[in-house]
Amino acid sequence: MSEQANSAPDSMAELSGAHLGDKRGVVSPGDSSAELAIASSALTKRFRGGQVAVDRVDLAVPRGSVYGFLGPNGSGKTTTIRMLLGLAFPTSGSAEVLGVPMPEGTTRVLSRVGSLVEGPAFYPYLSGWDNLVRYDAADRTAVAATAKSRIGEALERVGLTAAAKKKFRNYSLGMKQRLAIASALLVPRDLIILDEPTNGLDPQGTREVRALVRQIAGEGITVFVSSHLLAEVEQVSTHVGVMRLGKLVFQGELAELRRTAAPRIAVRTSDTVAAVEVLAKLGLADSVVTDDLITAELGDAVPEKITAELVHAGVGVRGLTVEAPSLEELFVGLTGEGFDVER
Amino acid sequence: MSSVNEPSVSPGSAGVALADPPPTSQRGSGTGGASAAAVRADLRYFTNELRITFFRRRNQLLLLVAVLFPLLIGIGLKLSAPHGGGGGRGPGAGGAQYFSQLAGNGVFLTFVALSLLLILVLPVVVGVVAGDSIAGEAGYGTLRYLLAVPAGRTRLLAVKYATIVVWAVTATFIVSIVALVMGVALFGAGPVTLLSGTTVSLADGLVHVLWVTLYVCAAMAAFGAIALAISTFTEHSIGAIAASLIIVVASEVVENIPQFAPVNPYLPTNWWMSFDSLLRTPIDTTTLWHGLLSFAVYAALFLSIAWARFTSSDVTS
Repeated sequence: MSEQANSAPDSMAELSGAHLGDKRGVVSPGDSSAELAIASSALTKRFRGGQVAVDRVDLAVPRGSVYGFLGPNGSGKTTTIRMLLGLAFPTSGSAEVLGVPMPEGTTRVLSRVGSLVEGPAFYPYLSGWDNLVRYDAADRTAVAATAKSRIGEALERVGLTAAAKKKFRNYSLGMKQRLAIASALLVPRDLIILDEPTNGLDPQGTREVRALVRQIAGEGITVFVSSHLLAEVEQVSTHVGVMRLGKLVFQGELAELRRTAAPRIAVRTSDTVAAVEVLAKLGLADSVVTDDLITAELGDAVPEKITAELVHAGVGVRGLTVEAPSLEELFVGLTGEGFDVER
Repeated sequence: MSSVNEPSVSPGSAGVALADPPPTSQRGSGTGGASAAAVRADLRYFTNELRITFFRRRNQLLLLVAVLFPLLIGIGLKLSAPHGGGGGRGPGAGGAQYFSQLAGNGVFLTFVALSLLLILVLPVVVGVVAGDSIAGEAGYGTLRYLLAVPAGRTRLLAVKYATIVVWAVTATFIVSIVALVMGVALFGAGPVTLLSGTTVSLADGLVHVLWVTLYVCAAMAAFGAIALAISTFTEHSIGAIAASLIIVVASEVVENIPQFAPVNPYLPTNWWMSFDSLLRTPIDTTTLWHGLLSFAVYAALFLSIAWARFTSSDVTS
C-alpha cells in the first residue's frame, strides 16, 4: 500500500519539482528563518502500521503570505499541521515555525502562533467566555491583566459577544467554529494556522471565515489555511501547496499554478491523420487523438493560423476550440479524482 | 496579493497588534521580572484549573455523595449502638477495632468513616477526577488546543497533578470534618480513649484526627498519581477511571487471600488503613513510615510513567 503511495504520484512530483526549482533562490531552507514563517525539509510521518501519512514534505511558507494548503481528505494535511504544532513527532525530517525548530521549540514559539486544528474543541459545560479564559490562562506569555479586554475583543471580532455567556454545548456549529477562531486571536500572533476552518459551515459562514482570513492577512499576519476545496482558498491565497497521498505535489504562488494551466487546442475532424500532421508541422506538442477529436498544446501558436493551415491542407474541420483548464481541473489533476481510491 | 504582503506593523515587534493596547511590550521583559511573571502565569493556570475542577457539577455531586456516607454511617451506628453502655460493638464484626469505641465518643466516627470510605468511596472521588484529567481533555479534543496554546506538556501534567492532590486533600478533609461534626452531634464529645487504652484530652484527640486525615490524604494523593498515569494512555476517561478503580479492588482482593501474604506490603492499598497506629500511644511510627514510603514510591513511579508517556506520545485526538 505504501509502495503504491510512494510510486504513484511520481509524475506529479516531477511537475512540482520544476516549480520548486524555480523558487529555490527565494525559499531555500538556508535563509528560512528570515524569510519563511514555516519551513520544513523532508518532513515525514510514518504511523505505527507502516503507513506513510506525510512523505518527505518540504514546505516553504513565506512570511506575510496567505498559504492555501490543499489536498483531499486523508492526504496528510492535518498530520503535517500536527507536526508543525508539536502535537505529533515527525518520524524523520525537520520543521521550523517562525524560525524555531519544532517540536523542540514548542513552548518558545507557539504563543506567537494561533491555531485551529481539526475542528473546534472546548468544554461543553463552560461558556464560550470561560473556555477562552481557560486557554488564555494556560498561556504563559498571556498577561492576566489584559485578559478581559483581549477576550472581549476576540469575541467581538468573530461576532460572538452576545453569546459569550452561553454554554458551549448550546452553540451552533458555526458559532463553535467562530469561537475557535477567536481563541486563535486571543493574543497578537505572527502566524495563524487554520485547519479546514470552513468545515461544516453554511455558505454564509464560509463567506464570513473568508472575510476574516482576508482581514487577518491584511494586518500582515501569515495565514496558513488548509482545505480540501480549492474554491475555498482560491480567493484569499497568495500561495498554495497541494498534497496528494502524503506528498507535496505542487508548491508555489497561486499565479504560478494558474500558468501551468497551459491552453490546448481541440480539433474535431474526420481526417485525424492529416490533422495531426498539420499540427505537428506547426510545432504543437503533445497531440492526443481520441476518436474524431485531437487535442494538442497550443503553445505560442495562433488559433486562426491553425484553422487556416488545416483548411489549406484539405482537412475537414468540424469544430475547433481553445481550452484552458480551470484551476479546479488542475487541482483535480494534481490530487486525483478523490474518494481516496488510491490508498 | 501585494497588499497582503505589506505588513502593517513595525518590524521587530513580537507580534502584530490585534488589540490596540500594549501587551507586546509586557511579554518577556527582563530576566528577573520574567521569572516572577512566569510564576504568576503558572499560578494563574493552576487557579483556573482548580476553579474548573471544583465548579464542575459532576465533581460537586461526587463530594456531596461522599459527604452522605459519614452521615449514614453515623445514623446507622447510633441506631445499632446499645443504650448507655460504653463497650457496644458496631455492626460488621470484621470492622476495625475502633467501632467499639464509638459509642463512648463521637470523635471516633471520623476514623470509622475514613476507614469505610477508603475501601471504595474516596478512591472513586479521587479516581474520577484523576482518571479524567488527561483522558477527558483528549476526549473533548481540548488537549490539542491546550498544547498548542502552548501550555507545555510537563507544565500541563504538573498542573493536573497539583489539582488532583488539592482535590484529594479537600475530599478527605470534607469527609473527616463532616464525620467529626456528625459524630459529636450524635455521640457527644469528651476525653478520647485511644485503642491502646490511654485516655487523652479532647484537644489531643483532635490532633490525632488531624494526623489520621493527613495520612489518608497522602494515600489518596499517591492513588491520584496512579490514576493520572493511566489517564495518559487513553482518550476515554471512563476507561481510565474504571481501570484505576479496578486496581484498587484487585489490590484489596489480593490482600485478603492469605496465600498472597508475601506480596502484601507492595500492594498499593496495603498501607491505606495503617493509620490506626496513630490511635495508640506511643504511636507506632515504623508502620506509618512504611506506609508513607509506599505512597511516595507509588507516586514517584506513576508520575514518572505519566511524564514519560505524556511528553513522548503524539496527540491524535
